[in-house]
Amino acid sequence: MQDEPTPEELIKAVADFLRSDIAPGVSGHNAFKLRVSINALDLVSRQLTLEQDSDAAEVSRLSQLLGVQGSLTALNRALADRIAKGELDLQTPGLAEHLWQTTMDKLAVDQPNYASYKRELGEGGPATKPSS
Amino acid sequence: MIEEQLGRGVASWCPGATGVAGAVRLSGGASQETWSFDIVHPDGNIGAILRRAPPGYGASPTRAAGLDAEATLMQLAHDAGLPSPRVMHVLTPKDELGTGFIMQRVDGETIARKILRDQQFAKARPILARQLGKVAAGIHGLPASKLPKLRQMTTTKEIADLEREYRSFDWPRPVFELALRWLRQRDPGPSDQMTLVHGDFRHGNLIIGPDGVRAVLDWELAHIGDPMEDLGWICVNSWRFGEIDKPVGGFGSREELFAGYESTGRRVDPERVTFWEVMGTLRWGVMCCGMMQRFRSGPEHSIERAMIGRRSSETEIDLLRLLAPRRA
Repeated sequence: MQDEPTPEELIKAVADFLRSDIAPGVSGHNAFKLRVSINALDLVSRQLTLEQDSDAAEVSRLSQLLGVQGSLTALNRALADRIAKGELDLQTPGLAEHLWQTTMDKLAVDQPNYASYKRELGEGGPATKPSS
Repeated sequence: MIEEQLGRGVASWCPGATGVAGAVRLSGGASQETWSFDIVHPDGNIGAILRRAPPGYGASPTRAAGLDAEATLMQLAHDAGLPSPRVMHVLTPKDELGTGFIMQRVDGETIARKILRDQQFAKARPILARQLGKVAAGIHGLPASKLPKLRQMTTTKEIADLEREYRSFDWPRPVFELALRWLRQRDPGPSDQMTLVHGDFRHGNLIIGPDGVRAVLDWELAHIGDPMEDLGWICVNSWRFGEIDKPVGGFGSREELFAGYESTGRRVDPERVTFWEVMGTLRWGVMCCGMMQRFRSGPEHSIERAMIGRRSSETEIDLLRLLAPRRA
């Protein structure tokens, strides 16, 4: 077992330091790159906080959908393959809901400020029958 | 150094010019550069732009039209009265500047967030979609006999290209699979009209002033194909910059875009436009994945590219909103 502080805490401390103390004194292209770098640290923080739960839920949905067990990557490969072959599509019970949930979980880490994500978060709720 | 090189030959293509000044590099990677500079002229300085592949970087990627073709297209557009800078000079070996061309500099803004939010563009925003519809129709109407040699694209070829590129990443993306399947099943086949297609008709490649669109830039992806591609691409959500209820670049409606387009006598096929919007959304997603590959394999180790890789999920939510909307 590793000691504290946790990676989450360390990364957040670094990101906060760069944001509050360093960024105001940097200009030009480096300011842009610094902003991107801080965004990257924030993304890592969100991933460290959220990934374990969302991965576990994704594995369990995938196992149910595909009727097999496996690692998250193996299950995703199997799902991609079966969609490509047309064995699963939007008419398959649970597929649209699964893709929506998985995508929402990705956006929560990658870009929680993305307008489409915020819209779906507000108007979300259980997936209804797909249109096509 | 580039000022000196430009200055040496400037009088040969701009009569009366005595030199160049104020050269600054604007953007671009190693293989393609854009420079802004002023031509010093007794009648008053002239703002100019150099777009070039430096010596030794002649080969262009397979999708690129090539700088000579770009110059021809810009000049054709200019001559047809479309918003396009005048091409002043196409580089020759004598210039020792590589391949490329020099065009007139057009003042205005290309940054989407400014165009969508700054007060100075408040009067332009409501008219842009209609204007751009008209401009797109003008591009599609350029005479085929005068066009340079360009690659020909069809929906079927584009789907195959996207699929090949996506598969090369060897990373499972069920939403992309769904989109590829959707595209293949609804592939409308070759368009009954094959025209010049700009290929990258969106924010970043449009110079906007307070009075509206002033120039269409960057013809690198120009090709012959289905003209509806340009109308679909400009509606891709990634170019709305948060203004998601205004499908055309975050400033206008499809109806306005189509009305401007049809005011020229050309026809819009809305179903094909939607098809290309889905294709374009997937294409941007695949391009984001490509950025991540380049981050990993390239020598620059660019954090920007790495973070663009993490934007492919944005196109996944947009694809789901298009293909499997949660509300009726």
